[in-house]
Amino acid sequence: MKRVQFEHSAVPYLFVAPQILIISIFFLWPAAQAVYQSFLLEDAFGMSSQFVWFRNFEDVLSSSSWTRSAVFTVVFSVLVAVISITLSLFLAVRADEVIRGAKSYRTMLMWGYAIAPPVAGLLGNMMFNPLMGDLYKAFNSFGFEFNHIQNANDATFVVILIAVWKQVSVNFIFFLSGLQGIPKSVQEAATLDCKSAERRFWTITFPLLAPTTFFLLVINLTYAFFETFGIIDVSTKGSPGGATATLVYKVYVDGFIGADLGGSSAQSVLLMIMVSVLTVFQFRFIERKVHY
Amino acid sequence: MYQSKWRIFTNHTILILGSLFMIMPVWIAFASSTHTREFIFQNGLQFWPGGHMIENYGAILFDPSATKGRVTALEMLFNSMVLGLGFAIGKVIISMMAAYAIVYFRFKLAVPLFWVIFSTLLLPLEVRIVPSYEVVANLGLLNSYTGLILPLIASATGTFFFRQFYRSVPDELLEAARLDGAGPIRFFIDILVPLSVTMIAAIFIIMFVVGWNQYLWPLLMTTDDQLYTIVIGIKQVYNSLYEGGQIPQFPKAFALTVMATIPPVLVVVIFQRMFIKGLVETEK
Repeated sequence: MKRVQFEHSAVPYLFVAPQILIISIFFLWPAAQAVYQSFLLEDAFGMSSQFVWFRNFEDVLSSSSWTRSAVFTVVFSVLVAVISITLSLFLAVRADEVIRGAKSYRTMLMWGYAIAPPVAGLLGNMMFNPLMGDLYKAFNSFGFEFNHIQNANDATFVVILIAVWKQVSVNFIFFLSGLQGIPKSVQEAATLDCKSAERRFWTITFPLLAPTTFFLLVINLTYAFFETFGIIDVSTKGSPGGATATLVYKVYVDGFIGADLGGSSAQSVLLMIMVSVLTVFQFRFIERKVHY
Repeated sequence: MYQSKWRIFTNHTILILGSLFMIMPVWIAFASSTHTREFIFQNGLQFWPGGHMIENYGAILFDPSATKGRVTALEMLFNSMVLGLGFAIGKVIISMMAAYAIVYFRFKLAVPLFWVIFSTLLLPLEVRIVPSYEVVANLGLLNSYTGLILPLIASATGTFFFRQFYRSVPDELLEAARLDGAGPIRFFIDILVPLSVTMIAAIFIIMFVVGWNQYLWPLLMTTDDQLYTIVIGIKQVYNSLYEGGQIPQFPKAFALTVMATIPPVLVVVIFQRMFIKGLVETEK
């Protein structure tokens, strides 16, 4: 809040009106709808519906496909976040050190931010195409018997690889600017005291990057939860047998393709609760734990 | 700072490998898009460009049959441009105004309205996708630019960014402006907006890329080919690759992929410094 403020009756309402209007129509209304529909059960033709209290939630929570998808989502998100953060931190540390070609490396490593997730998914799909994909052939020529179309683990590997590839650039941008924010004098003093670059990294640089890392962890988890929809939809489509369907992908499949409105809405509401908890956790817990 | 020869050598090796990791998939797509479909079908993906670039790209840009529908890639690019620009412009204007009201005014509903705006951060569009679709359908906005853009604007990321920025603007500016007799609207237009120019540019670039890359929402919204954005167009082309028992049109699908990637990548690379600044500041 500003110390000095305007006191005016109509003007602030005029300024905030467009945003509130759009939020009411395209956010509050659909969100309320989702909650309402999650308590309804529609017949097969969508002609009538009845109020069934928490039955949709019971059905969702007790269905093995939802639990399976929830487990996959958690494993997938954690792996994507950890792998892409590690990889980009590694690259950012090196990119921060080089003098020659520093700008070119930065450009080469950050441009991927602009790639749409479904485009990344298609590129991955192409590399793993059994007809002509280079990676598919390479893995099989090493004798892995790689088959992501039938094997759930292989399919998971493909989706994770694509998701990591897409996310490296974002993490890289944040780590590099975090590293450049560390005063040169601190690094020079550390170099005098300790010759090992690796120990310097763990004792000086990494603790200074802790806030960035925690922030990126949250960003990456949200990314893996929601934005990987495009990647999954064009690479595995959740196959084999729903083994690579995240919760968000399942909401879409059940709601639009399966036309199970009540069940899909119940899943939406469950997701809303999960995301809200994550956000509160982010604000309450992480902000306090990290020393700036 | 002292660096050993070995460290310098490994630094470059690692960075070159990292860059190759990022670039190879797109390069292979580009190289493969410049061959005939028979050649790709027989020989697999290519690392080196062939001689059919103009032919393939020309076909997809201007001939609707090459993209398996009634629209050419040129029209899809136009739709993507409308979505990217419309989303970025709408988002910047609406969130600047809302943030101004929240930061600079004392009014009754300030706190509840702030929480309403904040709540949009909790529930991304993906989570409430089915009811959002129904609402837009009820309003008769399916297959329209309005229906495509407005629901995407209903999240408050931009508002928080401008709120953060306004709070860093010195209070003295407002005091001085008031002494000179400037009202709230005059202060906004003549002082605050000119002050925010770099920030506006940065957030505009980010939002353009975000808008251009939208997938799930346009996929549901646009059943009419005429409104396909290029990202959606690619999916349709890939889906119909194996139809009709002919040799799959891989080169043209790759060409479309490359074309979808070029505009946002160019924007990000050209405005790199501004873009990074915006991204890093926004998230703080």
